[in-house]
Amino acid sequence: MKTTLILSTALSGLAFGASAQELNVVSWGGAYEVSQVEAYNKPFTAETGITVNMIAADNPATPLRAQVEAGNVTGDVFDIEVSDAIRLCDEGALVEIDPADLPAAPDGTAAADDFVPGALQDCAVANIVWGTVIAYNTTKFEDGAPTTAADFFDTETYPGQRGLPRNPKRTLYLALIADGADADEVYDLLSTDEGVDRAFAKLDTIKDQTVWWEAGAQPVQLLADGEVTMTTAYNGRVFDAMVAEDQPFEIIWDGQYMDMDMFVIPVDAPNPEAAMEYLKFATDTQRLADQARYIAYGPARMSSASLVGLYQDDETEMAPHMPTSAAALENAVLDDPEFWADHSAELTERFNSWLASS
Amino acid sequence: MANAALDPHAAIATTASGVGSGLLTTEDGKPLARALVRSQRRARKRAFLLVLPLLAFILVTFVVPIGQMLTRSFHNDGFSANMPQVSAWFAETERGTPPDEAAWTALATDLVASADARSIGVVGTRINYDMPGTRSLFTSTGRQVRGGMEPPYQANLLEINEDWGDPRLWSVMREASTPLTANFYLASMDRTRDETGAIQQVEEQQRIYATLFWRTFWLSAVITALTFILGFPIAHLLATLPMRKSNLLMILVLLPFWTSLLVRTTSWMVLLQQQGVVNDILVWLGVIGGGQRLQMIYNQTGTIIAMTHILLPFMILPLYSVMRTINPTYVRAARSLGATSWTAFRRVYFPQTLPGLGAGAMLVFILAVGYYITPALVGGSSGMLISNMIAQHMTGTLNWSMAAALAALLLGAVLVLYWVYDRLVGVDNLKLG
Repeated sequence: MKTTLILSTALSGLAFGASAQELNVVSWGGAYEVSQVEAYNKPFTAETGITVNMIAADNPATPLRAQVEAGNVTGDVFDIEVSDAIRLCDEGALVEIDPADLPAAPDGTAAADDFVPGALQDCAVANIVWGTVIAYNTTKFEDGAPTTAADFFDTETYPGQRGLPRNPKRTLYLALIADGADADEVYDLLSTDEGVDRAFAKLDTIKDQTVWWEAGAQPVQLLADGEVTMTTAYNGRVFDAMVAEDQPFEIIWDGQYMDMDMFVIPVDAPNPEAAMEYLKFATDTQRLADQARYIAYGPARMSSASLVGLYQDDETEMAPHMPTSAAALENAVLDDPEFWADHSAELTERFNSWLASS
Repeated sequence: MANAALDPHAAIATTASGVGSGLLTTEDGKPLARALVRSQRRARKRAFLLVLPLLAFILVTFVVPIGQMLTRSFHNDGFSANMPQVSAWFAETERGTPPDEAAWTALATDLVASADARSIGVVGTRINYDMPGTRSLFTSTGRQVRGGMEPPYQANLLEINEDWGDPRLWSVMREASTPLTANFYLASMDRTRDETGAIQQVEEQQRIYATLFWRTFWLSAVITALTFILGFPIAHLLATLPMRKSNLLMILVLLPFWTSLLVRTTSWMVLLQQQGVVNDILVWLGVIGGGQRLQMIYNQTGTIIAMTHILLPFMILPLYSVMRTINPTYVRAARSLGATSWTAFRRVYFPQTLPGLGAGAMLVFILAVGYYITPALVGGSSGMLISNMIAQHMTGTLNWSMAAALAALLLGAVLVLYWVYDRLVGVDNLKLG
C-alpha cells in the first residue's frame, strides 16, 4: 500500500522540490498568508539567507497527512489547527518540540510561561489566537444595536436572517451561551445528551432564518450583501471588511469562540534544522507582535501584547481589535481539542441529520 | 482453415484460381488465412503500442489511486497493526469471552508499546470511528503509561479510567482486531453494531447518509429532466436554423460552458439571493412586497436552478449533434401521409433523437450525482448532497475510510444504474456527438 501511495503522490509532489537553501511553509493563503510573509518570512530570509516558499492549502492538515502517509514529505513547516496538531502528534506524524528550545521573552520570562495557556503542545507551537465572533450590520439596527449572544437568537427584537457555519463545533456553543450557559460549562454540557438536546433546541428557534456558510469569506460577503443582518465570522475577516473596506459592521465579543493556529514540523521534513530555525524565529515576541500589524489576530505570547501597535494604515490602533483583549475575553469559549477529537464525528452526524430534517 | 470454405469470397477466389485443395496460399506457399492473421496481429500490436502511454497514464492517475482509496473502505489496520498482542488474544478467543488476565496483560503491553511508538492516536482514532468518545481514552491512558506499566494490569487500567471495563469497548476492539471490516459500509447506510455484534439502525437523530443518498439520486433525476425540457427545444432550434444563425446561438450555449464553474455558481448567488437581482425586480414590479422576498437560494431550489444551468450544455450538445443528422424529409413524408404535426413529431422525429437524449441524460445524471462545489455554495442545508459528506470526511474529519465507503457506494449505485440503462435502452444506442 505504501509504495503505490508514493507512486500517486509523487506526481503531485514533483511540483515543489526543495533545495538546502529553501524552506516550504504550508499555510492558509489569503490575507493571513500575507501577514506571515511580511512579519515572518521577509525578516527570516534577510537574517538567514534561506528562501521561504509559501504554499496555500484549504486546510494544511490535509496535505500534511497525505504526505506523511505517502512517505514523501515536501513541506517543512505546516500551519494547522490545534485539534489537528494534537491528533497528528498522537499519530506520530509530527516532530516533538521542547519549549526550552524556544526563545525567551525580552524580559527573560521562559517561553513555557510566556505563551498563553494551550499554546504549547507536545509537537506544536501556536502563533496566533483567533476568534469566531458575532458581527452585525449597523445600518440594520439603528434603533438599538444587539450586544449579546442571546440577541443573536432574538429575531423579534433584531429582525433579519442569521449566518452560521455549517458545523457543530462553532454553532452548539453559541446556542448554549445564548441560552444562558456560562462559557466555562459549555463542554460539560455538550458531554451530556441533555446539553446537546438543549443546544439543538435553541438552534431550532432560528433554523428557518439561518443561512449556513462554509468558507471564511462567505459570512462577510453575506453581511455586505444584506442577505443576513447578523452572522458569526472569523474576527480577522470582519476587521478587514470594517477597516480596509469601510463596511458598516460591528463585532459582538460576547460568546467568542477562541482557536489557535499552530506551527508544526512533520517527521521526515526535507529540511528539519531550517524548519526548526524558522519556527523559533517566527514565534518570538517581536515577530508575533509584528504580525498583528497586518491582520487582527492575537499573538500567542503574552509578552507580545504590549508591542502590538498600529494597523498597516498607520492610524487604526490594533489592541482593541485583538481577540485576546480584556473585553473580548470576558465571556469567551476556548476551543477544547480533546473534546472535539472524541465527539466531532458523532456531533457532526447529528448536526447534519438535524439540518437535513425539516 | 475450416471457415475458409464458408467465406463466400474465399470460395469465389478458390474457384477462380482453380486450386483443387480449396486452400488459398500466398506466393511463398503459406496459407493465406494464416498470413492474414499474422499481419493483422502485427497491426494490432502496433496499435496497442500507440495507446500504451494512455493506458499507463490511466493506470497511474486513475486506477491505482482510486483502487487504493477504495481499499481503505474495507481495510483499516489502525488497531490490528499497532496492538498485536491483544489482537492475537481476540483471534484465539470466541466472541463474547470476557477479558481474562491474559487479555489485560496483552492490552497493557500493547498500550505501553503503542504509546512509546506514538501510534496510540491511530489506535484511538480507529476505535473512535465505531464508538464515539473513546479516542481520548486511548490517548490519555497512553500519556500516563508511556515508559512502562506495573501489574496488576486490570486494576491499574481501571484505575486510570474505569471505561476500560466497558463490554461495548471490548466488543468494538474485537471488531477492529482484524484489518478487514465492513463497519464503514454499515455506517454509510446508517447502521451500526451493538455489543453482541448484531447489526441495527443508528438512533434516529444520527441518521443522515441514507437520506442524502436518496436525495442525491432524486435531485439528479429532477435536474436531468429539467435539462431535457429546457435543452430539447434549444437543440432543435440550433439544428434547424441556417448555419450562420445557429453558429451564433451555439456560441451563446457554449459561452457559459467556457466560464469558470465558480463564477457561474456565484453569479447565481447574486441573482437569486433575497437582496438579489431577481427579488429586487419582483419587488419593483410590485409582484411581491418588500417583506416577502422569496428564498430561492441556500436550499434545494438554489441547487436545482444552478445545477440545471451548469449542466445544460451537456444535454444540448449530444441532442444537437443527433438532430443535425435527422433527415427533414421523414417528417415531411409523415405529414404528407396525413399525420398531424404532433403525431409526426412523436412517432417519427422524437424516436430518432433518442440516442442523443440517452447520451445527454447519462452525462447530466452522472455528473449531477457527483457534483460537489455548487451544492456546497448554494445548497444550504436542504440542498446538500452525498458528495458534500464525502468531501467533509476527506478534508474535515480526515476519516478517509468513511469517505471511501461512501464513494464506493456511490460508484456502485451509478454502475447499477448504467447496467439498468444498458438493459433497457442499450449502451450501443448512445451517441455522444
